[in-house]
Amino acid sequence: MEDIIIVCTSCPLGCKISIEKCDSGYKVIGNNCRRGEVYVIEELTNPKRIVTSTVKINKSSISRLPVRTDKPISKEKIFDCINEINKVEICAPVNIEDIIISNILGTNANLVASRSMKKTVRD
Amino acid sequence: MITMKIYDVVIIGGGPAGLAAAFEAKKYGAKEVLIIERNEELGGILQQCIHNGFGIHQFREELTGPEYAERFINKVKKANIECMLNTMVLGINKDKVITIISKNEGYISIKGKAIILSMGCRERTREALMIPGTRPSGIFTAGTAQRFINIEGYMVGKKVFILGSGDIGLIMARRLTLEGAEVVGVAEILPYSCGLNRNIEQCLKDFDIPLLLQHTVIEVKGRERLEGVVVVEVDDKKKPLYKTKEFYKCDTLLLSVGLIPENELSIQVGVEIDGRTKGPIVNESMETSVDGVFACGNVVHVHDLVDYVTDEGRLAGKGAIRYLNNLFNKANKGDYITTECGKGVKYIIPQRLRMEHLNEWVMLHLRTDKNYDDVEIQIVIQGDIIKTIKKSKLSPSEMIRLRIPSDLIVNREIDNIKVEINERS
Repeated sequence: MEDIIIVCTSCPLGCKISIEKCDSGYKVIGNNCRRGEVYVIEELTNPKRIVTSTVKINKSSISRLPVRTDKPISKEKIFDCINEINKVEICAPVNIEDIIISNILGTNANLVASRSMKKTVRD
Repeated sequence: MITMKIYDVVIIGGGPAGLAAAFEAKKYGAKEVLIIERNEELGGILQQCIHNGFGIHQFREELTGPEYAERFINKVKKANIECMLNTMVLGINKDKVITIISKNEGYISIKGKAIILSMGCRERTREALMIPGTRPSGIFTAGTAQRFINIEGYMVGKKVFILGSGDIGLIMARRLTLEGAEVVGVAEILPYSCGLNRNIEQCLKDFDIPLLLQHTVIEVKGRERLEGVVVVEVDDKKKPLYKTKEFYKCDTLLLSVGLIPENELSIQVGVEIDGRTKGPIVNESMETSVDGVFACGNVVHVHDLVDYVTDEGRLAGKGAIRYLNNLFNKANKGDYITTECGKGVKYIIPQRLRMEHLNEWVMLHLRTDKNYDDVEIQIVIQGDIIKTIKKSKLSPSEMIRLRIPSDLIVNREIDNIKVEINERS
């Protein structure tokens, strides 16, 4: 297996790290710190991302509620996750960290509100 | 006659800079603190930045924009700081009388013993770039599109081209993709992106969105709605190479081509502006050239991380308190040293340092003029190098913070301190 170059995003340095599979695990070259090694191995084996989007909210002063997953989820599930998010419609009031969808797509991550929103009557 | 209400500190703009400044001013003893905000809620642009990545330095965790904002809004509310929302400042005069207008209050004047300017930035537009062509609908600044999608719930288009690889442009490339649009490309006139590394990786590469370096849009086509853009490669002097002309079919063009600090009020009150940052010239306490008028956040210079905006807001809030307590010696007003941009340095904040008001250390914020590999940042006083910091990578998109111990500069007969970028010796 040939080596793969991954840009580490753990910090602003952005090390270009090369990673190659070997008998004892992975051979990692080019990282300036331990976090770089952890990052590239996860990025190669199971890349994960926090997903953020919005859901429709009624009876509040603005019409979209920002939401996020409370844990990173597998990168390949991002679009399925967005599809689930787009099915949701809720009503104010909402508190920050309220669970909007629990255990979304069986990922063990909850979709939570990213802010609080009061109930208001729009004029 | 109605008497004019007088506040200790009036903060203009309730974004992250203003929130931090207000809280700090109240915490250190100001009694009457007022935040004036033109939007219907506090938080500023953070409320539409629904992605994560905020707060790494302040909280050691990655928050979304609204989460970061809510933490500071809660602090401000708990501290009983007065806020006027949906309120526009029309003008400030030399006596620090602020004229405002709002639905609740009407047209009134108030006075701030100290004023903190934290109005932030606005985006550069198509007109600022003078892109030729027709004037169809479908051309947005990236931040406006972000507001439409994330707050108002309107999608801006189906097939999108993005000009400019600043962070907002990159973030919007991902956001639009997740919302079902196709992003056909992101063009950047420079040979490198102006966005953070992580955004290039997670916003473009994750979704296979092409980044066209040294490319720009030279023409817009379409009558009612945008039908496409003409993109060319440019040479090192940013001159279009017309042979490389290529047509990109799209119904939407987003512009992420820079921010301009919003300083109309600052100029009106007589604040000196730095031509390099397009923001007020400030001293170590974030005080502008006008006594008792402070400034912080993106109105001073464009930041890449909100965490540093918060720090700057705190500094301005503390500065305002020192001013109110008469700690700033008026007689020595003219006594300051300047921070000078040496080779490779685009700007430095603060521009002025008053020796007697330095704490144990002073933080200099600067940006380089281009990318550098394996260089040294040198701090020079009267030809002597007093500090050298080795850096393997420097980029204009990442603000550099240099913590300078004050004992290196105080008690010396000097008039400036210079920062320059040199090849590693």
